[in-house]
Amino acid sequence: MDFPILSTIIFLPLVGAFFILLSKSKDNKSAKYISVFTTLINLILSLFLWYSFDNQIVEFQFVEEKVWIENFFKYKLGIDGISVLFIVLTSFITQICVISCINSIKLRIKEFLIALLVLETFMLGVFCSLDLLLFYLFFEAGLIPMFLIIGVWGGARRVYSAFKFFLYTLLGSVLMLVAIITIFWLTGSTDVTEIYQIKIPEQYQTILWLAFFSSFAVKLPMWPVHTWLPDAHVEAPTAGSVILAAILLKMAGYGFLRFSIGMFPLASEFFVPLVYVLSLIAIIYTSLIALMQDDMKKLIAYSSVGHMGFVTLGVFTFTTQGIEGGIYQMISHGLISAALFLCVGVLYDRMNSRMINDYGGVVSILPKFSLLFIIFVLGGLGLPGTSGFIGEFLVLLGAFKKNFLVAVIASIGVVLAAAYMLWLAKKVIFGEVKNDKVKILKDVNYSEGFVLSILVILTLFFGFYPEPIFNTISPSVNNLIDVYQFEINSKISNIN
Amino acid sequence: MQNINLIFTELYLFSGICILLMLGVYVKNSFNKIYNLSILLLIGIIFVIYKNGLEKSGIFLDSFISDPLSNFVKILIAVSSIIILFTSKQFILDNKISKFEYPIIILLAILGMFFTISSNDIILFYLGLELQSLSLYVLASIDRDNLKSSESGIKYFVLSALSSGLLLYGCSLLYGFTGSTNFELIKNELTVENIGAIFAMVFILVGLSFKVSAVPFHMWTPDVYEGSPTSITNFFAVVPKVVGLAVIIRFMDVPFENILSDWQTIIIFISVASMILGAVAAIRQTNIKRLMAYSSIGHIGYILAGVATGTTYGYSSSLLYMTIYVIMNIGAFSCIYLMRKDGVYTEKISDLSGLSKKRPLLAVSFLIIFFSLAGIPPLGGFFAKFYVFLSVVESKMYILAIVGLMTTVISAFYYLKVVKIIYFDEAKTTFDELKNFPTNSTIFISCLILISFFLYPSVLNNVIFNLLG
Repeated sequence: MDFPILSTIIFLPLVGAFFILLSKSKDNKSAKYISVFTTLINLILSLFLWYSFDNQIVEFQFVEEKVWIENFFKYKLGIDGISVLFIVLTSFITQICVISCINSIKLRIKEFLIALLVLETFMLGVFCSLDLLLFYLFFEAGLIPMFLIIGVWGGARRVYSAFKFFLYTLLGSVLMLVAIITIFWLTGSTDVTEIYQIKIPEQYQTILWLAFFSSFAVKLPMWPVHTWLPDAHVEAPTAGSVILAAILLKMAGYGFLRFSIGMFPLASEFFVPLVYVLSLIAIIYTSLIALMQDDMKKLIAYSSVGHMGFVTLGVFTFTTQGIEGGIYQMISHGLISAALFLCVGVLYDRMNSRMINDYGGVVSILPKFSLLFIIFVLGGLGLPGTSGFIGEFLVLLGAFKKNFLVAVIASIGVVLAAAYMLWLAKKVIFGEVKNDKVKILKDVNYSEGFVLSILVILTLFFGFYPEPIFNTISPSVNNLIDVYQFEINSKISNIN
Repeated sequence: MQNINLIFTELYLFSGICILLMLGVYVKNSFNKIYNLSILLLIGIIFVIYKNGLEKSGIFLDSFISDPLSNFVKILIAVSSIIILFTSKQFILDNKISKFEYPIIILLAILGMFFTISSNDIILFYLGLELQSLSLYVLASIDRDNLKSSESGIKYFVLSALSSGLLLYGCSLLYGFTGSTNFELIKNELTVENIGAIFAMVFILVGLSFKVSAVPFHMWTPDVYEGSPTSITNFFAVVPKVVGLAVIIRFMDVPFENILSDWQTIIIFISVASMILGAVAAIRQTNIKRLMAYSSIGHIGYILAGVATGTTYGYSSSLLYMTIYVIMNIGAFSCIYLMRKDGVYTEKISDLSGLSKKRPLLAVSFLIIFFSLAGIPPLGGFFAKFYVFLSVVESKMYILAIVGLMTTVISAFYYLKVVKIIYFDEAKTTFDELKNFPTNSTIFISCLILISFFLYPSVLNNVIFNLLG
């Protein structure tokens, strides 16, 4: 590969952020233009990356390799079918965030855009890196801009939420750092592709798996370490919530696929019951909590935990359907939850309230907005025809293959999701207009309508035509499962 | 024929001090001149040390040696002292502690440090250490009309004298049980069966832990840091720590090499205790200098974790950590020099509130330095911790690594608290717009190093590792 396209995609936002730093216009116009321009180029580049990505090849593509720390670590980037989608998702969502926050953020917009672009660099880096230390570096570095986004531009309890977010995630991650160092001394490498070949001894796998798990479980988040998420979501500004739900949570799901299963297949098999139990608790318990919320953002945040429960459930079935469903669920949740948070942001910008009881009868005042909102609500509950359905359906399919009981319990979660989502729609959109403030609201403006319409189109498109995504991920997923099965079988034959 | 060139650095420094002292006595109002000449003298020293080269050789019956480790540490000391003198001048003038003795005493302390580092003999080691300590007592109370400064000087003196006593007792025990004062000869005599010598090792370790302010011999640190003028605190937080680390490495590497497992246990304990106390005790501090004191205690814990491995790799990672620590601390204190309100220097953390609105660049510098101190990637502080834990895990000390990283999370809390005050709180106070070129440029350079460290993280490490060979 001659042109380092991955490095370009990763570091372009950083360059953009630097130019915003230098820009000096009074109304921050140039800062806005630069950010939109940078993210747009990045989106085009990532789409081009997806386009030129060869579906037939199982190995990592666009690999870039440089010595980074002599004798120890490499600067190694590369993508396969799984990561390319997340790169596109990240560029897309950041683009959406930039467009939406340009109008909604009034205070210190220049700094906000810088933080957002720096964050984009780190997020893209996570999905591209093929070296464990590099991965860790990007994974952790994202905390700094996110901490500032929540803390500076957040709501009333922003300080508490920012600290909780930062410390929870950091605590989970430091164990991963110990594990990475241990892997280095065990195998002499932190290059993921090399570790796949070397195969870590089984007695180490369990403990290393747990160390990685502690980090990903916090980030995902899984029950019982999910408590930072509702706080962070509620207090973060709209763009922050969108990034958090759409991408930061996906890093952990991606981490499970790339690292936990890829490097520790035996331990992954061993811990399947643990993951199932935690996922089921997440699905049922958080859905019940979501039913009790009176804050819209909190409701969506809890629903995110439930949806991510489906992801882990699917991934750890180790079936084609399950894993593909899990990935699909992540992509679709990235679109739908982003859209839902944007919708709440639209309401919040007008009413300064996120409480469900303050609304009601919005449909008669804001018809366009209500239409969009309802589509996303239906997507969130997994109605057939939206992208949410395909992911959940495949996950359940995979789960039925493995364990009937688990699948049945998970299906209850689908019903509960429908319950809280419809309840949210009923309370906010339908009914009578009780609050006088609602009566004078204006419908979505041009940029809001544009952003939400794109998301609607994508949600419906991927609901009816999932082919492009499956074509991209299938070879990589099948390869992952083959390797995993090979390991399990060789272990069984060893025992015999 | 003895090669007198080996000790040329110290002779050069010593004669320089004598000349400056004469100048100070005979020329009136000579603070400015002597201050600038001291900086020049130190710059000259870098070249002299550089000429020393990397060979290891000794003179005076091998009681004084020059080797790569000592030369590296000497350069580190000289460079950091230059920067500290360079940045703190405005502060010294504003606080009217501009006595001509000030730079000269610092030079004397440096002379003592140079002897300590180069010593290969207990007697020379002790003499050097005492010259350093005596100078530091005077420096702590240099603002003698200020009650707090005098108090910190006395406190430092009393406690430090006690630790010097213990150290000396250990040295005499060591001589008694091995029959020699030379490090190499002691090493040959010292075995695990030699219980008396192990006692001596404990006493010496206690004395040295005091000098680097490791727990449980840290009590003096917060008070002395708070009481001394900030320019002196800056010096305390950086330079004596470098010396302490170099001496600990020297002791562990040469005389105590054969009783590795005995001193390892102690260092592990000291390291863990320092990490925990440094992380927990700093949380409730309201004075930024006290915060930096506890932060430095925590950092010493991480540095000692590298020493505890007893491998060359561990030592080099500790030295790397120390180098980055020096950069971070110089940057942090340079920021503190800029906390001036209506001509009065403030030390309260709450005065920083809302700094990001009034002085965005200073706020960003604080942000970078404090996140780096917390060890968040991709900043330099992360790599410092990373190298230390790399060597710790290599030696299979998993518990030490896990405790160390857990305390990172706790200590991240109070660094974040400062960031929170700067970025999230409403603006209350406005600092003076200081046109202080030395401080501003130092902040800029240290931030630049911390940010760009991840581009070439191995360069510095390779240099240090090759030095230790």
